[in-house]
Amino acid sequence: MTGVLEGDIGMALVNILLLVVLFVVAIAIARLRSLFAIVLLSGIYSLVSATWYVVVDAVDVAFTEAAVGAGMSTVVLLGAMLLTSRTAKPDKKFARLGPLLVVVATGVMLIYATVDLPALGDPNSPVNTGVGLQQMQINWADTGIPNVVTSVLGSYRGFDTLGETTVVFLAGLAVALLLGFGERSLAESIRREDKLPVRGKPSTQPGAKQEDAS
Amino acid sequence: MNSDHHVILRVVSKMLLPVIMMFGFYTQFHGDFGPGGGFQAGIIIAVGVILYALVFGVPAAMRAVPPVFTRSLAAIGVIIFAGVGYWALLQGGNYLEYQALFQEPPGEHHGQHVGILVIEFGVLCGVAGAMLTIFYAFAGRVAEIRDEDW
Repeated sequence: MTGVLEGDIGMALVNILLLVVLFVVAIAIARLRSLFAIVLLSGIYSLVSATWYVVVDAVDVAFTEAAVGAGMSTVVLLGAMLLTSRTAKPDKKFARLGPLLVVVATGVMLIYATVDLPALGDPNSPVNTGVGLQQMQINWADTGIPNVVTSVLGSYRGFDTLGETTVVFLAGLAVALLLGFGERSLAESIRREDKLPVRGKPSTQPGAKQEDAS
Repeated sequence: MNSDHHVILRVVSKMLLPVIMMFGFYTQFHGDFGPGGGFQAGIIIAVGVILYALVFGVPAAMRAVPPVFTRSLAAIGVIIFAGVGYWALLQGGNYLEYQALFQEPPGEHHGQHVGILVIEFGVLCGVAGAMLTIFYAFAGRVAEIRDEDW
């Protein structure tokens, strides 16, 4: 906590502003019932947290958060939302008490844990003195790759990354096995296009005019 | 009177698509020097195709990038990654030991560069293929999204 007060006051303000935006978005997500708004707000949440990761110098994490959190998972959630109803069911008053208790207890424990955390960017913290420092020192001689993140991911931890790629592949496989490959809509559109000229609609651009046909 | 009220969306996204793809490949090949790498690049390329699907309709995207291609791409990506490990094994090293790819002494880094470039390409294919497969699985179940639904 002392590090924030001693450091650049502008950076502290940017940090506070971004975290307040995150807080407001999270409250809005918790209170809204419209699933469409919730999905879009969760995309905004990811984008703001990616900005905050840039502020604390975690550029690779920010990049991933912006691509996966704001781009990919928003689209997948939108696709999932289209298969279900548009609004969440209103829940009973007493059903909220249990989750509230869990959230408050977890929050108190997390705040208690931050007391022992080293300050942001502290050179004497365990993260910056142990394996991290050693990796920074030997990386250039070992691999000759300037970006330590890439060399750790690809070379030192190659097995981990192979496992992650396999997990992503298996996730895609599992979803495809559960939901099908989605070729039904393609077949349906091909069938409908055969019918289109019969209805006397001159379709010069069949792909672009699809949405207006119905 | 043209009833197509998405015309601005179509024109703008048509101009953005090549830029998105280019940025994806920049992320891929610049991963050695700055933030980025195969995972992010795969997502960006998949998102480019998804943008096309959102604006021009899923069937149009399925004709451009068929579902058969995306699911094979995901498997091929994992095979490329695992194949580099076997390449190192065949050269007499350990699994995924890039130093052994060209049987170099410890001071030289050609094998490291080539190895990481190839596995990042495997990650790119795997992630882009898997993400597009997931998107098609979800989006392909809804034949048509009417404007009133939004």
